[in-house]
Formats: sequence, C-alpha cells, structure tokens
Amino acid sequence: MEGITLELVGLQLFTGLALGAVYVLLAVGLSLIFGMLTIVNFAHGAFFMVGAYAGYAIYQVLPNFWLCLVAVPLAVALLGMAAERLLVRPLYGRGIDYPLLLTYGLAYVMVELVRIGFGKQGLPVDTPALLQGSSDILVGQFPTYRLFVIGVTVLVLAGLWVFIERTSFGLIVRAGARDPQIVRILGVDVGKVWLIVFGLGTGIAGLAGFLSAPMQGISPEMGGSVLIVAFVVTVVGGMGSLVGAIVAGILVGVVESLAVLFFPEAAKVSMFVIMALVLLVRPQGLFGRPGLMS
Amino acid sequence: MNKHFTLACCTALLLAPLAQAQNRDPIRIGLPVPLTGPYGAEAKDQVKNAELAVAEFNEAGGLNGRKAELVVRDDKLNPAEAATRALELIEKEHVNFIVGGLSAATQLAVNNLTRQRKVLYISISQSDAINEAADFSRYTFHESLNPHMTTQAVGNFVFKKGMRIAFLTADYAYGQEMARGFRRVAADKGAIAVGEIKHPLGAADYSTFLPRLQAMKPDVLVFNNFGRDNQVSTKQAGDFGMKKTIKFVTPVLTYTARTAAGAQVYDGVVGGSAYYWAMAEGTPSAAAFNARYARANGGALPSDYGSMAYSAVKSLLMAVKAAGSSDTDKVVDALAALRYDTYKGAQYYRACDHQSVQSVLVLQSAAVPGKPAEIFKVLATAPASEAALRSCAELGHGAAAVAATVAAAK
Repeated sequence: MEGITLELVGLQLFTGLALGAVYVLLAVGLSLIFGMLTIVNFAHGAFFMVGAYAGYAIYQVLPNFWLCLVAVPLAVALLGMAAERLLVRPLYGRGIDYPLLLTYGLAYVMVELVRIGFGKQGLPVDTPALLQGSSDILVGQFPTYRLFVIGVTVLVLAGLWVFIERTSFGLIVRAGARDPQIVRILGVDVGKVWLIVFGLGTGIAGLAGFLSAPMQGISPEMGGSVLIVAFVVTVVGGMGSLVGAIVAGILVGVVESLAVLFFPEAAKVSMFVIMALVLLVRPQGLFGRPGLMS
Repeated sequence: MNKHFTLACCTALLLAPLAQAQNRDPIRIGLPVPLTGPYGAEAKDQVKNAELAVAEFNEAGGLNGRKAELVVRDDKLNPAEAATRALELIEKEHVNFIVGGLSAATQLAVNNLTRQRKVLYISISQSDAINEAADFSRYTFHESLNPHMTTQAVGNFVFKKGMRIAFLTADYAYGQEMARGFRRVAADKGAIAVGEIKHPLGAADYSTFLPRLQAMKPDVLVFNNFGRDNQVSTKQAGDFGMKKTIKFVTPVLTYTARTAAGAQVYDGVVGGSAYYWAMAEGTPSAAAFNARYARANGGALPSDYGSMAYSAVKSLLMAVKAAGSSDTDKVVDALAALRYDTYKGAQYYRACDHQSVQSVLVLQSAAVPGKPAEIFKVLATAPASEAALRSCAELGHGAAAVAATVAAAK
C-alpha cells in the first residue's frame, strides 16, 4: 500500500485505542446493569444523551467544566435511580422482556422531553480551554481532549474495580448477582443494592455523554448510535462481564481504526463483522457466562 | 327524449356549482420536507418561508380573489416516505403543485412520482441527477443550486495550480456529486487530487479517518458532507490540529450548521451558498425579503435553505398569475419563461433542464465580536450564467428535446 508509513500505522493504532476507550465507557454501564440485574437497559443511549444535555444545562448555571464533571454523573445517576424505583422495580420477577420493553419506551419519552426542552436542533459544546488543541504523541498530533477522556476512562474503571472487588458492599453486589434469594434470606435488602447498581450504570452512561459532547456536539438523537455500539461491545465481550467490555471495546476501536488503512469504506462495519464472528464461535461472548440470557 | 333532456338538465344544474367551486377553491401547494430527523431545523425554516410567500400572494389579492394555501407533510428524510407523502398530496389532498424535498435522495423520489402524474414539482435542495435527461421531465424544476455549479464557484476561488486536495466524502448521492464536481474543477485549475476517504451518512466519530487524511499531506481538505456530519467532522479535524497546515473547504456552508456548531468550529472554513442575508447591500430584493422575514419572525434573519423555499413558492405563484390559471401545463410554460427576482437578484430556468440560473456566493466563516448575526464574509460572487452549468448536451438533452422544450415554452 502506497503512503502507509510506520508513523501513520502508529497514529492510527493510537487513535483506535482512544476510540476503544470511549467505547468501553459507553458499554461498561450497560454491561454492569445487565450483569447484576439481568436487565437489558434499552434506555442506555437515552441516559447517555441526558448526560450530555445535563452537562449543557448545568454549565449555563455553573460555568465550570470540572464541577460539571462531578455533578453530571450524580444528576443522571439520581434520574436513573428514580427510574429504577418507580418504573423498573415493579417488573422484577417477570420475564426479561418486560424491563426491555419498558426501557425501550422510556428512551422515546426521554428523547421527546429533551426535544421539547432544548429543541430538535443540536447545540454546540466547546472543549474546555485547558484541554483545547492537540499534543505531540511522538507519532503525530493528537487531540488533548481525547487523551483526557482516556485518562478519565481508566480512573472510572479502576474505581469500579475497587468498588466491586474490594469493598464489602461490592461483595453484596456480587453475591446478589449470583443468587439474590440467598442474599435476601441472609437479611440483605437486595432492592437497595439493585437501586444503587442501576444508578451507577446510568451515572456512567451520563458521564460518557458529558465527555462526548465536546467531541461531537449534542442532539436529542445522539444516543441512538451509541446504544448500538454499546450493545455490540457488550455482546462481543460477553453480557455482564466488565473485563469483557474492556477487552471488546478496545478490540472494536483498534480494528475499526486499522481498517481505515486498507479499506476505509468497511471501517464502520468492522464492529459488526467482529460481532458476527464472535457469536458464531463463542455465542456467550469472549468473557461471558453461558446461559445468562435464558 | 324528454327523459334524456331532464337528465341532462339535472346534470348541468349539478355540475354548474361544481365548476364554479373549482375556480373559487384555493390553489393548493404540497410541501413535503423532513420535519423530523437531522435536517429538522432547516425543514421548519423552509415551512416558515413558504408560508411567507403564500401570505404575500394572498394579501395581494391572490389570483383574481382565489387564494393559495400550503399543505405540509413530513417526509422523515426517507425516499420511500417522501414518495408516499407526495402520492397522498396528489391523490387525497388534490394539490395543484408540489414544492419541497430536502435531500438529493428524497427529491428524486418525489420527482419520479410527479413526472409520472404530470404534476409540476420544484425541488429545493442540491442535486445534479435531477438535471440529467434520465430524471428530467417537463414538469421538473430545480430552484436550488446544484453540486456542479457550487463546486465550480468554490473550486475556482480556492484551488491553485499544484495545490494538493484531499476529500472526506459522505458516501451517498450528495457527497459523490460534490466530489465529482471538485475533482473536475481541480483538474481544470491544475490542482492535484491526492486522495478520498468515504464515510457512511450520519457517522458520529471521524477520528479514525483523520490520520490517514493527514498523511496525504494536503493543502486543502474538502468536507463533502452536510448537516450534523459536516459540523462533527469539521470540529474533530480541527481538534486533531489539522487546521494549522490545511485549509478547510466545504461545498455548502449553511447558516444553520454554522449557528449550531459555533464560531470556533467553522473559523476560517470556506464554502458556497445560494444566499446570505448580508448580500442585501446592493440587492434590493434581498433587502426587501430580509425586512419581510424579520417582520414575520420577531426580527430574525432568513437562512439560505429556508429562503430557497420562499423563492420557489413565490416564483411559482408569480407563474400562476402570469398564466392566469392554475392549470398545470399553462403554469409550466409560464414558469419556464419567467424572469424572476424574488430574493437574491435575477434568476430564470434554463430551457433544457429547468435548472435555475443564479449567482453562487463563496463565503468564509468569521466571527465578529458583539454581532452574533454576522457569521460569514462574502469572498466572491460567481455571477448567474449558463456557462457555470454543465451543457445541455452533456446532461443528455438532445437537440430535438431542447428544441421541443423551447417551442413548448413559447
């Protein structure tokens, strides 16, 4: 191939890693809620979009990016918890399709409400002054803001790991995912655990939306394509597996980026090729437990 | 005999008021536009502008007291939906004419139907295909600029001999036609097309395409995409630091995209346009149009794609008046012969393909502090000229066909 230098491959690879980090952040909340609650949250993309708009709205009152970075996930998590408490909870114990249909409808309601509140047209979001421009990463120039997003993703994943694997509350969460009935018999309020997990999952979706806003602007429909990416990554990694979401997110990002070197037209389709191959060889996904969906 | 006579009388009596009613019935204009979806803002703006043109016609007394009215439908930016809505407008709503279509694909779907049904249709968004003999009919009119004339104007201004040009192209009719036009003008000017990357319509992330484009070491990067795609890809390319060494060009620099994405994203970007409100200086029709639009919309200024809908409906109703009737064939002839100046200076429809011959602006995005409405600088104006269009022969309009259209117009 003419014009393909080692430098270009390096930059392309790094771009793929960065995109993969964004994909991981998109998928991890979806995977978390499914793994713990066995709920396929079709409103995941809508919570992502609400995070972006919440950031926009809060920034009008409180023009400080760093405060918004904390406030937005909290606000979206609260919204997610309200949705769990009022809408999803009455459906526990029924088939997997009940919450699926509910969240599917909820996504439509959320998109329409945002359209009514903020208009159908998208809104611009500026990159915070400190993170504007590009930095030299040896193989070429790379947007400083994207480097920052990679950093935040690593922090979120590390925090999540510590929370689930190293705290006593995390122990209850893991036990609740394994066998909620026994946990309940032991005197643990499983409802509260699920409430917090749902809040955590939607909060991370909101954070991802907030972080995406300076890269692609915001619009009421921005959650649609995100939901598809999140599902592909979750299915490739294995429904409910956090490690799976991380590995699959980076894999999908890197393959998409390297595909541009050889066959740019196929780049955006490459993730579906990966999904099809994984489903053929390992239907439960790379790191998934078999039988979780049944 | 007697019985027959009575029947004839009764029929005549029944039909008489019907014939009269037909003359008093309003002139109905169907407007299918994508009210929902990524071009919703532009579509809503087109409806407002079309309403303005209808209101002016009615205030001026209509066609001897016969008023006009608009029938708006949402085509959801989907060609199949657009064809269904157009059929509904013709069959159920009995519209006299159709104006609309805000994508290269939906307008071809509407046109396909209207030419079968012999209904006059004015398209108000960019397409080259609609000018070509295969898609053209006597009933087809194209008020919008087309990709060829837009890219010629922009390319002639920007491209220089030996310049390296790279393309980022949305992989559908609009992007492909723009890329074709730019390649042609690049070759004419002696510039070098160094490569093209195609992306699917509606992509949210362009980061993976950008290193490859950067490695082509272009002097100019052309974004052959529209709406949100254009906003997002321009922003991300800027974030990659590409603006430092590369000039950004886009075929159509729209008022709505620039307002939605902000000054920073589009700073320095050059592109073409049919209209910018500041062209009112030296163009009386533009000044009058700006004032009327502002009165009807709380002081707001009209946008490029919106004002095109105004011009299409306005010129159509001028043709109705000139024909003195809403009869399709008479109005087609009147519109084909019309010289009109609705909002941007003199325009007319070329005989062979009914493409509106008009000026093309070359704009550059630039923010003026304290003046939020001043978002563009007019760099150049390519005058209205048939020389800026592809020739009738190139479009496949044979000499016989051209002569027939001209004869029909007379």
